[in-house]
Amino acid sequence: MSSKLPMLLFVFLIVMVTSVSAQSSVDMADVMRSDGKIYVVVAVASVVMAGILIYLVLLDRKISAMEKKIKNKA
Amino acid sequence: MEKHWWKILSAILLFYTVIAGFLGDVPTMAILNESIRNLYFHVTMWFAMMILMIVSLVYSIKYLGSFELKSDVIAEESARVAMLFGVLGLLTGMVWAKYTWGAWWVNDVQLNGAAGTMLVYTAYFLLRNSMDDEQKKARISAVYSIFAFAMMIVFIIILPRMTDSLHPGKGGNPGFSSYDLDHRLRLVFYPAVIGWTLLGVWIMSLRIRLRNIHKNIESN
Repeated sequence: MSSKLPMLLFVFLIVMVTSVSAQSSVDMADVMRSDGKIYVVVAVASVVMAGILIYLVLLDRKISAMEKKIKNKA
Repeated sequence: MEKHWWKILSAILLFYTVIAGFLGDVPTMAILNESIRNLYFHVTMWFAMMILMIVSLVYSIKYLGSFELKSDVIAEESARVAMLFGVLGLLTGMVWAKYTWGAWWVNDVQLNGAAGTMLVYTAYFLLRNSMDDEQKKARISAVYSIFAFAMMIVFIIILPRMTDSLHPGKGGNPGFSSYDLDHRLRLVFYPAVIGWTLLGVWIMSLRIRLRNIHKNIESN
């Protein structure tokens, strides 16, 4: 019985916390949620851009390594 | 050591385009609404394509003057990346057209001209791939490339101005000054053009280096 008590308390607290956050209809002062969440679009587009650029950097390095290999062979 | 500053510049300009492109102030216009921001992503595709096609033209002419295969490789690869931008320009234009003109494709002189340009350059690659002898291939495709460039100018710059066109900047209204004149748009548009073009040059340089590696392996 005594071992179950902390567990119950934990579950109770979790339920409390999540239900409170679920109930709050107030928009928090969060930059990402302002202006119709346009910042989320900016973030997503930036991630795409970053992905493409990182891909190109890695490809660039791979080709550089190959060029080095050929140079050393010659 | 190679210089990478222009690659970094390209990355900075493109991030600027994405961030300022969505958050920056734009003129309020009917029908277009917020879609005027496509200027940074659609029109820039065509600008990057044009610049890379000019690179292709210059190196084609250079080849004809020197008969160095190096110039031919640059001419071909820049045309390839230009085609990539052209296809992206067509696709982005179709989406934009759907939500401003109401159709994916309208029988407009500018749109058909852009599609015609794609076909003319597709023929360039077909012609290239139909020949085995390297010098012959390079010579004939360099001559064709000059013709293809001239056709592109006729298709997307001259013809659309001679008739009426839905597309902004055409139909007797040269330059898209009514949209572009706005300094808020210019502030993002020109950096975006440079950024996309540099990205294209980067991809092109990777392709050229890969080809050189390929050639090196084959000759050994």
